[in-house]
Amino acid sequence: MTAATEETDTTETAADRTAPGLRAAERTALETFRHGVRLSPEFRRGLAGTLVLAVLATLGKVIVPVAVQQVIDRGLRGDVPDIPFIRNAVVLCALAVLLTALCGYLMNVRLYRSTESGLATLRGKGFRHVHDLSVLSQNSERRGALVSRVTGDVDQISAFMQWGGMVVIVACGQLLVATTLMAVYSWQLTLIVWGCFLPVIIALPRFQKLVAGAYIRVRERAGEMLAAVSESVVGSAVIRAHATEDRTAERIDRAVDAQRAAQTRAQKIVGFTFPITELVAAVAIALVVVAGVVLGVGGSISAGRLIAFLFLITLFISPLQTATEVLNEAQNAIAGWRRILGVLDTPADVADPVDGSTLPRGPISVTFEDVGFAYPGGPPVLREVSVDIPPRTRVAVVGETGSGKTTFAKLLTRLMDPSSGRILVDGVDLRRVRFSSLRERVVMVPQDGFLFDASLEDNVRFGRPSATRADVERALTELGLADWLEGLPAGLDTPVGQRGESLSAGERQLVALARAYLADPDLLLLDEATSAVDPATEVRLARALEGVTRGRTAVSIAHRLSTAQAADEVLVFQHGRIVQRGPHSVLVAEPGVYADLYASWTAGVTS
Amino acid sequence: MPAQESPAGDSRSVMVRGFQVIGVAIRSEPWIFTAAVLASALYGGMTVGASWALGWATDNALLPAFRDGRTAAGTLTAAALLIVGTAVLKAAGIMGRRILAGILQYRMQAHSRRAVTRQYLRLPLAWHHRHPTGQLLSNANSDVEAAWAPLAPLPMAVGVIVMLVTAAVAIVLVDPILAVVGFLIFPAVAVLNLVYQRRLSPLAMRAQQLRAEVSEIAHESFDGALVIKTLGREDAEAARFQARADALRDANIAVGRVRGLFDPLLEALPTLGVLAVLLVGSVRLESGGVAAGDLIQVAYLFTLLSFPIRALGWVLAELPRSVVGWTRVQDVLSATGSMEYGSRNPEGTGPARIDVEGAGYGYVPGAPVLRDVTFTIAPGRTVAIVGQTGSGKSTLTQLLARLIDPDTGVVRLDGADMRTLAKGAVSASVALVPQQTFLFDDSVRDNIALGLDVPDERIWEALRLAQADGFVSGLQAGLDTHVGERGATLSGGQRQRIALARALVRRPRLLILDDATSSVDAQVEKRILHGLRDGAGDSTVIVVAYRMATIALADEVVYLEQGVVADHGPHERLLDRCRGYRDLVTAYEREEAERAALEADEDEDEDEEIVA
Repeated sequence: MTAATEETDTTETAADRTAPGLRAAERTALETFRHGVRLSPEFRRGLAGTLVLAVLATLGKVIVPVAVQQVIDRGLRGDVPDIPFIRNAVVLCALAVLLTALCGYLMNVRLYRSTESGLATLRGKGFRHVHDLSVLSQNSERRGALVSRVTGDVDQISAFMQWGGMVVIVACGQLLVATTLMAVYSWQLTLIVWGCFLPVIIALPRFQKLVAGAYIRVRERAGEMLAAVSESVVGSAVIRAHATEDRTAERIDRAVDAQRAAQTRAQKIVGFTFPITELVAAVAIALVVVAGVVLGVGGSISAGRLIAFLFLITLFISPLQTATEVLNEAQNAIAGWRRILGVLDTPADVADPVDGSTLPRGPISVTFEDVGFAYPGGPPVLREVSVDIPPRTRVAVVGETGSGKTTFAKLLTRLMDPSSGRILVDGVDLRRVRFSSLRERVVMVPQDGFLFDASLEDNVRFGRPSATRADVERALTELGLADWLEGLPAGLDTPVGQRGESLSAGERQLVALARAYLADPDLLLLDEATSAVDPATEVRLARALEGVTRGRTAVSIAHRLSTAQAADEVLVFQHGRIVQRGPHSVLVAEPGVYADLYASWTAGVTS
Repeated sequence: MPAQESPAGDSRSVMVRGFQVIGVAIRSEPWIFTAAVLASALYGGMTVGASWALGWATDNALLPAFRDGRTAAGTLTAAALLIVGTAVLKAAGIMGRRILAGILQYRMQAHSRRAVTRQYLRLPLAWHHRHPTGQLLSNANSDVEAAWAPLAPLPMAVGVIVMLVTAAVAIVLVDPILAVVGFLIFPAVAVLNLVYQRRLSPLAMRAQQLRAEVSEIAHESFDGALVIKTLGREDAEAARFQARADALRDANIAVGRVRGLFDPLLEALPTLGVLAVLLVGSVRLESGGVAAGDLIQVAYLFTLLSFPIRALGWVLAELPRSVVGWTRVQDVLSATGSMEYGSRNPEGTGPARIDVEGAGYGYVPGAPVLRDVTFTIAPGRTVAIVGQTGSGKSTLTQLLARLIDPDTGVVRLDGADMRTLAKGAVSASVALVPQQTFLFDDSVRDNIALGLDVPDERIWEALRLAQADGFVSGLQAGLDTHVGERGATLSGGQRQRIALARALVRRPRLLILDDATSSVDAQVEKRILHGLRDGAGDSTVIVVAYRMATIALADEVVYLEQGVVADHGPHERLLDRCRGYRDLVTAYEREEAERAALEADEDEDEDEEIVA
């Protein structure tokens, strides 16, 4: 029952919703990374070559300090500059610069190609798996979260892999190469430089936490701002009907200002922490100048080496300045990865059986054997349901809201599996029937006929992709909808809008019905599929359906009992059990649930 | 509030229009912009200053010490202080620049968001009907962001210009010949970066577009998951998604190729410049044109300038996107067609009287949904509007609540054309409960009161009438319970009853229910309608309905057929004289009768067989 799922949703806290009931992968960052790379083998393709290129590209960073040192110490040693030496050194260095630039280019291209290919695979796997999940894991509250698994979360990994990840590698390499070269020039000065930067490196994770916290708040406020704005758009009719424009404007202003305040705060934190490395670098340079001069006078370092040293210090600044940002991205990427792996780890509890059977087409029978069902952690909503639906019978399912009708439908179409008992089609357990075979033979039309943002024709054809335009037209005509189609501005080419919103609720149901009819199933299950259609059209549709479903098995869940009157057998549900069954003419005559339902319905129909 | 800029003509280039957008920001926040630029100028000047300090230290403290073999404590201390001092000023400049640039950007975003949403609230519903929800949301979100994106690197770019001028002067002062190297390299970096951004920006925009498409497919597909599952179309959907995901992959790789090419080039160019400085400088050193310290200063300057100079490219790169975002925001801000209001107040105090005279309305020109609709509803009457799916009932209710104005004809409340009534007068008298309920992410109480100052007793009274008091008092925090976004924590029927209470608490003189109890159980609906009829003495009531039980409660019926009033009168009279109406409302009865007749025939047949 929809009511039942809604109830389970209300017990969810906000925290549950941000971490939807999808399995949260309890992995460390490293395990997450490894598992992620295993799922996208493209990441590893040509990795060794990319790393070699990265090392070569990093070496390019020390060309300038080395060149300066060589020129000063060897080219300018005498009274007269040694121009030929300097020229050779400069040309050599220039060639080296061009070579490392080439390495950088090749590295980037390889990196983009391998990471993007890997991530496209991951997106596809994630998307496909979401459709494998049961309707329980897909429920509407979680849909937004699922979408961001295959979009935003993957984007975060992508951003880190292409920029942050390389920055980490290049920055570490840069620090390593610079430190090595500095140690070769002078170990004392190297100690001074590290003595200055070490506190910064130690403090970085603290800054990062501060910055990350500030940006989390920015994102939360941005979400709230968007929600407030969307109220003014989606609720535009209500706002006008009750003249609450001012109140809505105030709500929006509050959200907009809260977002601005959070943004400004985050910017201030970054603004204060960002220049710290500049200051530390300046202190290091000043100390190195002083100590270097003292050492130089003592003869343990040359002027060229000292000056080269000062150039090397600049190599420390940029990696440390970007470090907080990179750490943020790394954290986001790992979190994103964890979330999408969490989706992939969530078992498809209603799974396509391995080596399942394919059932031949033709009249179909259904048997429920002592079937019970309960939503996870909830009370049973269906109890001891046993029923036989022989081929070619027309069954109507009736009962009050919450009596278990929709659960019955979801079990019959294997959107969920029963908690106890079993369901057989043509004598085969549903859990052993191949999905492709089951979906071909059994089709359900849900109450809310979701339409895709395409033309009417394309939406009907969704039921059978191979259908021609003539087939689509014939399906609509056979259902008695030709007049309605003619009245539409562009006929079959009418765009239905997002989620079909350009059509009225009743018209959406007509399209959904035609779509299922075109799919040509052996068993058609209607779950209040015409509830929003006007009486005259509904009666016409019911007649048409009676004609076209002749020879098929049909199950309809109906709140209008006219459907029940036409059925071969009526199943009456109450509190999750079948309390009455039999043809209308029999049931209506005996006192019970059905007679009561019928009485209140006829009272509504006739005045 | 940004000044209204007239849309620029097509002939003017994107860059010019981009600078105009920036001009809007400067005009609306002149002080913050000035302060940010000053801070950035300090940063720029001090970057050059840092290299000058190092050059000074080399020439006056470092090299003499190595040459003479002794240290001069005074100059050494001065050099150290000079280096640290310039760094402190530079850090202050960076801090000010970053923070102020942020404040500038965020303020402009907030200005635009307020302006855009004010406009959403001001524009008539007809305008909303023409614009998809997703578009309006992105107007207020990503378009605003894009419009003001150049503001983040803008002060830095202005600071870089200061830096370049200072550097140029500094280098020329050191040595004009060395300056020539700089004048070749720096413009080359700037031009290369501009070429880079020009090449990159269409590719990046395409990637962004594809990212949105991938997200749209995922949204739609997951929303339609049930349909996809029941029709077994998972693989086809996965293929549809993968095709877009692969296109996104290719677009990102294309971006990567351009980035991969230009990033190393932009880094190599200043390095080559330093090498050139070393070569040219050595020759100049030989001829005595420069000192060794000068050489170091210029070389160091090159390493310092190579990165910031790219900020110019960042600003220029953001401009096309900014112009697109700004234009979209302007389209909203310059939209016209607000509702006109007069100054009158409706004369009546009791139940409202409604006259509709020749009213017509169409969502699309040339395809009217309502045509020449004319009828009168006397005060205190309960009227049912009946018609087929798509016959214009909901549109009619929107006209009666003045959510939209008729294209032709007039709708009168108590004899006064609604368009001549004061702002707020119609909504004070008329309450519409629409087919699709909408709840705010707020408490139950605030969702019902909607800013109206009413005591809790009246809210409970309305809830009772709407048959919602039972479940509301069962909620965890009663009236203070938060209903979640769009009321997600409530069921459809519960949401409808809250929406009904929202209308009832206003004690409207005209209450309009547009199929507003469709998700409510038949039993509950019956109780609601009886409650309404008992209290109906206070107001005129209009209900859109299919169910006979509802129609039976009405004093009269307005029957619509394809946007035209086909008949109007008491239910029984319409049953007699209007065939379409009879067919519609008695469809079930006739169905049943025919079925009974059919069964009787069959029975007869059987009887005959037995007889035979």
